[in-house]
Amino acid sequence: MIPAFIVENSPALMIIVPLVAAFITPFIGRISHGIRSLWVGGAMATTSAVTLLLAFDVYNAGTRLYVFGASAASMALPPDSGGIPIRIIFEVDPMSALMLVITAVSGFAIVLYSLASEKSHSGLESYYTLYLLMITGILGMVSTGDIFNFFVFLEILSLASAGLIAYRIDGGVAVEAALKYFVLSTIGALAILVAIGIYYGEYNALNMAMIATRMQFSLLDQVALVLIIAALAMKCGAVPMHFWTPDAYSMAPSSITALLVVASQASLYGLFRTVFTLYNVTLNAFTVGWLIIILGILSMVVGVTMAIPQKNVKRLMAYHAVSQTGYMLLGVGVGLAVLGNQSLMDAFGYMAMEGGIFHIINHAMYKGLLFLTAGAIFLRIGTYNLNKMGGLGHSMKWTMIFFIIGALAIAGIPPFNGFASKLMIYESVFVFNPIIAIIAMVVSILTLASFVKVFHSIFMGPKLPEYAEVKEAPMPMLVGMGILALVVILFGLFPNIVVESLIAPAAHALVDQGAYIGAVLGGA
Amino acid sequence: MDLATTLVTGTGFWNPLAWILGLIVAFIIAWIIYSLGEKGFKQGTAQAEPFISGNPEPEKGMVHVRAGNLYWGYMEALKGYYDRLVPIHTGNLHDYVLWFLGITALFLVLVVVFV
Repeated sequence: MIPAFIVENSPALMIIVPLVAAFITPFIGRISHGIRSLWVGGAMATTSAVTLLLAFDVYNAGTRLYVFGASAASMALPPDSGGIPIRIIFEVDPMSALMLVITAVSGFAIVLYSLASEKSHSGLESYYTLYLLMITGILGMVSTGDIFNFFVFLEILSLASAGLIAYRIDGGVAVEAALKYFVLSTIGALAILVAIGIYYGEYNALNMAMIATRMQFSLLDQVALVLIIAALAMKCGAVPMHFWTPDAYSMAPSSITALLVVASQASLYGLFRTVFTLYNVTLNAFTVGWLIIILGILSMVVGVTMAIPQKNVKRLMAYHAVSQTGYMLLGVGVGLAVLGNQSLMDAFGYMAMEGGIFHIINHAMYKGLLFLTAGAIFLRIGTYNLNKMGGLGHSMKWTMIFFIIGALAIAGIPPFNGFASKLMIYESVFVFNPIIAIIAMVVSILTLASFVKVFHSIFMGPKLPEYAEVKEAPMPMLVGMGILALVVILFGLFPNIVVESLIAPAAHALVDQGAYIGAVLGGA
Repeated sequence: MDLATTLVTGTGFWNPLAWILGLIVAFIIAWIIYSLGEKGFKQGTAQAEPFISGNPEPEKGMVHVRAGNLYWGYMEALKGYYDRLVPIHTGNLHDYVLWFLGITALFLVLVVVFV
């Protein structure tokens, strides 16, 4: 049915397709806009299909190893390499596969949306080229088993993201936001590069599995750990290193903001991969776990309280993105804090991690959806200012419905997906520390309050005279939003199926350092 | 309810289909109460117009409560908190970098001390 060649080479194809398509896009755009739309849509659809195929294969058959430059995965350790995997290796375990699913679904929905939302703008050859490069960067970051290769994909992602944040220019404000993002990303990337240098100097290896086997947790390893945690926590928007987030998220086109959410989660993945796979029980899990928990609590509280007074709908949503990242950090942080204590892991550690990881995919869907609704509103009325909005529920009914779905999901209202993951976090964290669980619940209440304000401001009230001619968003934008809304609803209605098939394998794969190492050094 | 749809959370469980069933029952009860109400109401007549003690209805733009007017009490109650929190968000890149470097240094101390 599906050629074996495609299945076998899917890890390489999911990188090659968007990468090659990105650089051909400007030339295709010279032929006609319509053909470019078909080309970009086709490239993204192919990338998503190959990515989902790989994820499906991983969930069915176990961790996939792909060794670049070798004829088979069993060649991970060349005979003349002294037992060191010197080639670039992609190692896709269920945790990576989950991130692939997020990227494939979001990437496809957002590109459909972009075909209509960006239609009237110039410079689309750059837009789509950078969009496909962002996809390449994210897919590479979450798949690679080589830490230097991770850095390379992180840089591809950061460069492409900065370009797209500045895309609208907007009197220079968007460029300023992009500059802030770019400078911070560069400093963060330098910190990661120094950490990689430390590993290479100490262990003579760049392969994550190899570094993990040799990990001593020496003083230098502690420095490297802190550099990576700080850099990736900043990249995922954790408080108090979140300042770039509202600037960049609010100035980027809404379609790109939705993809920036996925990009932030790729950084979160990198953080979790580092602490669980590179270090695992060699580090002081209690200390590092609590550091991540504190980052999570700060992000939840500061994010939501800064969101409430915002007047710009995208800045408001950006602060909520910070707040939701806090839930993920909290859930996985609790798991890390009790790592090594099997009874506590069984009692609540795995559940907390599953809640945190489930929240990653849920957040990508509902927050992506919310940013897309904000973009649809901007397309029709030309402002993000909540004080200038009102009564749009009369003319943008589908957008309103999608907004309601996203808003209820982010506020943790049943039966939407946000409730299921938050419930898992509340209950498991309550066993660990009841006060933190109560804080998490209060943050959810404040989130609901904030979105009630947004809903009222945008959609409620009489039809305003200045928006008398406003029409519903174009069909491709509605389809893009519809895909994400459908996932939000289905994941909410059948959370157990999602947890058992996608989330629990991901959480266990993250914790099981031995399996990750064995896949490479055992030559799976 | 089918166990396949029940999410077991360690100390509890969650079944969204049972929740939806409850919602449907609640809607049916609400509809029954609604259908027992006033029968003489006619949409599109003077009955549907707002009654503001005999005063004329303001312009549409004037009756909508804008976002800036919402949660005034909340903001006043937490004024002390916001007076400290908001100024930290300076929008200045130098401050962003300093926060990053400061947190990195703090983490380094904590990780090395509590190793």
